[in-house]
Amino acid sequence: MTTRTTAGRLGRWADALLRAFTDRSVVVTVLAVVLAMALGTVLMVLTDADAMASLAYVFGRPGDFFAAAGQTIGSAYAAMFTGAVVDPTAPDAAGFFRPLTETLAWATPLAIAGLGLSISFRAGLFNVGAQGQIIMAAVASSMVGFMLHLPPGIHLVLTLLAGVAAGAIWGGIVGLLKAKTGAHEVILTIMFNQIAYLVLAYLLTLPAFQRPGTNAPMSPALDASASLGPLFGAGTRTTAGIVVAIGMTVLVWWTFQRSTIGFQLAAVGSNPFAARTAGMRPAVVWTMGMALSGAVIGLAGSIHLAGDEHFLKLGIAGSIGSDAIMVALLGRSHPVGVLVGALFFGALRAGGVNMQAYTGLSIDIVLVIQALIVLFLCAPALITKIFGLRRSERRAITPLQKVELSR
Amino acid sequence: MTDGIDIVRDHARSALRASVSAAGRAKAWIAVSVLVVLVALLVALTTSQRPQAVTVFTLAGGTEAWQLPPMQVPTLAAGWVMTVLFAASAAWTCVRVLRHRPVGRLPLAAVIASGVVAFLVAAGAGQTIPVVGLLSGTLLLSVPLVFGGLSGLLAEKSGVINIAIEGQLLAGAFSAAVATSLTGNVFVGLAAAAAAGVLTGVILASFSIDYLVNQIVVGVVINVLISGVTTFVYNQVLVPDGAVWNTPERLPDLSIPVLSDIPVIGPVLFDQSLIVYAMYLAVAVIAVALTRTSWGLRVRAVGEHPLAADTMGINVTRVRWRNVLLSGLLAGFGGAFFTIGSVGAFTQDMTAGQGYIALAALIFGRWKPLGVLSAALLFAFANSIQQTLSTLGLTAVPQQLLLTIPYVVTVIAVCGFAGKVTPPAAVGDSYGKGI
Amino acid sequence: MRILLDEVTKTFGDVVANDHISLTINPGEIHCILGENGAGKSTLMNIIYGLHQPDAGRILVDDEPVVFESPRAAMERGIGMVHQHFMLIPVFTVAENVMLGDEPKTSARLLDYAAARRHVVAVSERFGFQLDPDALVSELPVGVQQRVEIVKALARDAQVLIFDEPTAVLTPQETDELIAILRQLSAEGKAIVFISHKLREVRAIADRISVIRHGRVVGEAPLGSTESELAAMMVGRSVSLTITKSPPRRDWRSSTVVSGLTVVGSDGAVAVDDISIAFRGGEITAIAGVEGNGQTEFVEALVGLRPVSSGSVTVDGAEVAGKAVKDILAAGVGFVPEDRKANGIIGSFTIEHNLVLDRLSGGPFTSGIAMHRAAIRENGEAAIAEFDIRAPGPTALAGTLSGGNQQKIVLARELARPLALFIASQPTRGLDVGSIEFVHARIVAERDAGAAVVIVSTELDEVYNLADRIVVMYRGEIVGVVPPETPRDVIGLMMAGIPAAEAVGSAR
Repeated sequence: MTTRTTAGRLGRWADALLRAFTDRSVVVTVLAVVLAMALGTVLMVLTDADAMASLAYVFGRPGDFFAAAGQTIGSAYAAMFTGAVVDPTAPDAAGFFRPLTETLAWATPLAIAGLGLSISFRAGLFNVGAQGQIIMAAVASSMVGFMLHLPPGIHLVLTLLAGVAAGAIWGGIVGLLKAKTGAHEVILTIMFNQIAYLVLAYLLTLPAFQRPGTNAPMSPALDASASLGPLFGAGTRTTAGIVVAIGMTVLVWWTFQRSTIGFQLAAVGSNPFAARTAGMRPAVVWTMGMALSGAVIGLAGSIHLAGDEHFLKLGIAGSIGSDAIMVALLGRSHPVGVLVGALFFGALRAGGVNMQAYTGLSIDIVLVIQALIVLFLCAPALITKIFGLRRSERRAITPLQKVELSR
Repeated sequence: MTDGIDIVRDHARSALRASVSAAGRAKAWIAVSVLVVLVALLVALTTSQRPQAVTVFTLAGGTEAWQLPPMQVPTLAAGWVMTVLFAASAAWTCVRVLRHRPVGRLPLAAVIASGVVAFLVAAGAGQTIPVVGLLSGTLLLSVPLVFGGLSGLLAEKSGVINIAIEGQLLAGAFSAAVATSLTGNVFVGLAAAAAAGVLTGVILASFSIDYLVNQIVVGVVINVLISGVTTFVYNQVLVPDGAVWNTPERLPDLSIPVLSDIPVIGPVLFDQSLIVYAMYLAVAVIAVALTRTSWGLRVRAVGEHPLAADTMGINVTRVRWRNVLLSGLLAGFGGAFFTIGSVGAFTQDMTAGQGYIALAALIFGRWKPLGVLSAALLFAFANSIQQTLSTLGLTAVPQQLLLTIPYVVTVIAVCGFAGKVTPPAAVGDSYGKGI
Repeated sequence: MRILLDEVTKTFGDVVANDHISLTINPGEIHCILGENGAGKSTLMNIIYGLHQPDAGRILVDDEPVVFESPRAAMERGIGMVHQHFMLIPVFTVAENVMLGDEPKTSARLLDYAAARRHVVAVSERFGFQLDPDALVSELPVGVQQRVEIVKALARDAQVLIFDEPTAVLTPQETDELIAILRQLSAEGKAIVFISHKLREVRAIADRISVIRHGRVVGEAPLGSTESELAAMMVGRSVSLTITKSPPRRDWRSSTVVSGLTVVGSDGAVAVDDISIAFRGGEITAIAGVEGNGQTEFVEALVGLRPVSSGSVTVDGAEVAGKAVKDILAAGVGFVPEDRKANGIIGSFTIEHNLVLDRLSGGPFTSGIAMHRAAIRENGEAAIAEFDIRAPGPTALAGTLSGGNQQKIVLARELARPLALFIASQPTRGLDVGSIEFVHARIVAERDAGAAVVIVSTELDEVYNLADRIVVMYRGEIVGVVPPETPRDVIGLMMAGIPAAEAVGSAR
C-alpha cells in the first residue's frame, strides 16, 4: 500500500468523522455546547446559596456577587476537568491519567448502547427501549454470572451472550409486534421499559435472586470468572469493554456502509414501500433491526453488569437508557459520531462525579447540560438565530408548495 | 425518523391487515382464556386452602350520613359464581368482537366487574376489604393519569405527540411544592404548577413546531431535562433547606353537602380536594369542546389533515401552539397532585413513570376524553387493589405484576388485539416551513 | 368578477416556474389552461389562490390590485379552488368539511350542525346534485368527493373557481357530468379556470384556451384547433400522438396464465374477483378502467405485494401465486409501480443504489453480505447512459431528480434482467411529453424482445397508443377483452360496468 492511499483513507475517515459528528458545521456544534454550558452555569449560580445571598445587595457591592458566583463556577468546572481529563495535582502518572480512565469507563456502555440504538434508527425505528433491553440483559447475564459456576473464559463469554440474547429477544418482540400489527414502536418500547423494570423488581423479591444476609433488593455478586477486570490496573474502572466498544464501532460502520444488511436496514428505514416493491421484506427487516439493536444494547447492559456493577439491583440500568438515546442523537446515528458522543458524555459524567465529590454540587447538573446540548443540536436554526449568524440561503418551502412542486 | 412513524400508520392500513386479523383472532382468544384461567386458578388455590373462609367487604367510608353495614360473602361459593360469570361474559364478548358485532358498554362492564369481584373475593379470603378506601384510592390515583392523558389528548388531537407528559407532571409537582412552601398558599402552588407545565409546553412547541425537530425526540429530551433540573435543585436547595422550600400545605378536602352523604359514592366522589373537582370539570369541558365547538373542529382538522385545514384558511401553526401550551398547562396542573394534592413534600423523580401510564390511558382511551377517564380509572383501580392488598398483607398476587397491568393492556391495545385503535392521522408530522 | 394577471413571475431557486405571465379570467367563461406537466400551470393557480406570492407582477381583481397572503385572503375575495388531491378530511362528515374554517354557531357559541346541514343541502340542490350532509367523506366515491370540494367553494360564495386536473380520477361519464356542472356554473356568471393537459377535454369545454410552456404563455389557441395543433403548441414541436409499432408476435412460449385470482383489498372487501386471463409474450395488454376498480390490487397480487386469497398465477409454467415478491421477481417478472415516488424509488438513496435495490443476492453486486462498490458504480454509469437519465452522476440522490428521470431509474432497474412478464402501472403519469415518448418506446421494445407486457392506465389515450388488446376492469372483474380498434365511447361504457356487447349496442 502506498502512502498516498493511506493518506487518502485517513482523509476519508477524518471526513466521515466530521460529517457524522458535525453535520451541522463545527461552529454550530461548539456554540450549542457553549450555550448549554452557559445555561447550566446560570442554574448553578441561581441555586448557590452564597451567590444568592450576595445577590440581595448586588447593586451595593456587585463584587461580592461576582466573586461568590465566580468561585462556584470556577471550582465546579475545575473539578469537572480534573475528573474527566487529567489530574495535574496527582503524584504519579497513574494518578495523572486516572480521570481519563474514568471517562472511558463511563463511555463504554453509552457507546455500545448508542451503537445499538443507531441500528434501529437506521431502520426507521425510534427505539426508546434501551432501558428495558439493558435491564433484561442484566437479568439474564446475572443469572449466568452467579447461578452457574463455569471455568474462566467460557463463563464470561456465556454471561455476555446471555445478555445479548435477552436484549435481542426483548427488542425483537417489539420489532415483531410492529411488523405484524403496525403498532408504534415508541409506545411499545416505553411500555416494555416499564414492564422490564417491574419484572426486575419482582425477580429481586424471589429467594433465587436474593443476596443472602440482606433484605435489600440485590442479587449475589457475579463469580469472578464472569466479571470483567480493570484494563489499566487496580483502582481504575476501565475494562476490556472499551475495546469491545471500539470494535463494535468498526463493525457497525462496516455493516452500515458496506453490507447488504445495512443497505436493507436503510432502504426499509427510508422507504419501506419501495423496499417491499423491490423484493425486500420490511417485516423481517424491522424484526431483525430491532433484534440486532436489542442485542447490541444488551451487550452494553451485560458489560455494564460484568465490568462495573457486578450484581443485579433495581437501579442496574442507571440512566444509560436515556443517555444512550442522547448519544445516538448527538452522533446522528453514525457509528463514529456515536463513539465520539459517548466519550463526550462519559467525560461529562466522570467530571460530574468528581465535581460532586469536591464541591458538593449535585451531579444532576450534568444531565441538564447533556439534555440542553442535544436539544440545541437538534435545532441548528435556533443556534444560528441566537448567535446572529447568517442563515443558510436555502429557500424555505411550505408544505403546500412542496405538494405542488412535487408534481 | 419521521418515516418510521408514517409507516406505522400506512402499514397498519394496508398490506398486513389480513394476516393480522387471523393472528388477532387467535390472540384475542388466548388473552381472554389466560385471564379466565388465572382468575379460576386463584379461586381454586385459595378455596382449597381455606374452604370455609368468608370475605368481608366494608361499605362505609367515614363521615357520610347513611352508612351501609359490611357485606359478608362465603369465599368458595361467591368466588366460583363470579368466575363462571366472568368466563361466560368474556366468551360472549369475544365472540361478538370476532364476528364484528358491536359490544355495548353494559356487557363490557359486566366482564370487568365479574372478573374484578371474583379476584377480590378470592384474594381477600378471610379478610376485610375496605371498598370505599379501594374506590377513593382509585379516584385519587387516577388524577395524574387523567390530567396527563388529557394533556396528551390535546396535543395529539392537533397532531403533536407529547411524550413529555412525564416531565411535565414532574415539573408541576416540583413547582407546586416550592411555590406553596414559599407563599403558604396552595392556590399559588396550583398556579405555579400550571405555569411550569406551560413553560415545558413552550419548549415542546418551539422545537417541534417552529424548528421542525422530531416531536418524539423533543419529548424524550424534555423528560431528561426536567428530571435533571428538578433533581439538581432538589439536591442543592430543597434538601439542605427543606423547612423553607419543601414543606408545602396540602390541598384541603372539600366535602359537598348532601352529595357527600350518599353511601359509598358520597365519600368516594364528593369528599375530595379541589384538584379532583378540577379533574371532573376538565374532562367535561374538553369532551364538549372537542366535538361541539369550532375550536374542537379546527383542532381535529389540523390533527387529521393539516394541509386541508391550511387551504381552508386555518392557521395550523397557531392551532398547534395553542394546544401544546394547553397540554402543558393540564399536565403541570395535574402534577401538583403528587405534592400538594397528596403527600406534600417533593422527592426526586417522584412521578415514577405515571406520565407513561397517562400516555397508555390516552391510547387505551382511544383519543377520547371519556375514554381517557375510563382507562385512567381502570389503571388506577389496578394500582389501588395492589396497594389495598399489600396493606392487608395479602401477597397471593405479586404486587409488581399487578403494576404491569396498564403497560400490558396498552401493548395489547396498540397491537390491535382489542379492536381498532386509530390515532389522529397527522400525529407526529411536522408542518410548515419552520423558522 | 374579472381577474387580470399582469406579468406575474415566480422563481423557485434557479427554476423560473412562471415567467411574465399575463392572462385574463372573465366571468361566465370557461378558461382552459393547457400545458405539459411541469409547465408551471399549478404554480400559477397557486399564486391566484394565495398559496404562493409572485416575485414580480400584479394580480388585479376587477381592476383593483390585490395581494393574497394566504388562501383565506383569496377565499374572502371570492376565489375557490378544487385541488387535484382533494383537500377533504376523511373522518369528517360532508357538513363538517364544508363548514370548516367558517363555522355557523348557535347562541351558546357551539357548532350549529343544523345550519351547516341546511347550507350544504341548499347549495348542492341549487346546482342540481345531491349530497348527504351527514355522510362520512371517506365513505363517498371519488366523484362525489369532488362535488363536496365544489360545494365547499360555492358555500363561500366563490365567483372564480379553479379546477386543477379535475378529471384525472373520473370515469368518462363522470367527466361528462362534471362538464355539465361547469357549464351551469359558468352560465350563472362564475369564472371557471380549468387546468389540464388532456387535449380532448380541453377541446370539449373551453371558451378560451391559453397554452403555457416552460413557464410562459405561448399564446391563445383558436377554439377550433385540432388535437395535434394543440399538442404542437403545448410541446413546442410537432408531436406524433401515436407511436408506430409492428404487429404483435403473440408468442405462447412465454406466457403468464392467471386463473381464478381473488384478492382482498386494504379495506377488507374483495378487490379482485375471480379473474382468469392469459398474457402472451410479444403482446401488450392494456388494462383500462377507472381508478379503484381493482387494477392496482390485481397487478400487486401478480407481483406478490398483496396476498392472494385464491387462484393461481403461472409464469412460464411455474406457479408464483402466494410466493414472496423476491421469488416472483426472480421468476422473470418486472414491475413499475404506479406511484413511483412512494413505491418505485428511495428518494434519499443514490441513483446507483436505487438501481440495485432488487439485486442484493446472487448477481455481480454482492458476495455474501458484502457489497461490491465498483460493480454498483459501473452499473449506475451504464444505466445513466443507456436510459438517458439526466443527473450529475450515479451518486446523485434519486429524490432530487424530475419525475421523468425517476421513472427512467425504475425502468432501468426492472428492464436490466430478461423478463417473461413486464407490468407497468400508470407508466407515464405526471411525465412530460419527451419522457412519455421514451417510456413508450422502451415498453414496445420490451414487447418486441418477447416479454408479455401488461400496462395499467387510466388514460385512454395511453391505452389506445400502446395496446395490442384492451382489458376493461370494473369492480374487480373483467368486463371484457376487446381489440384496440374498439371505439372510445364503447370503452367508456364498459368502464362503467356495461358488458362489451351491450356497450356496443348502446353506443350506437
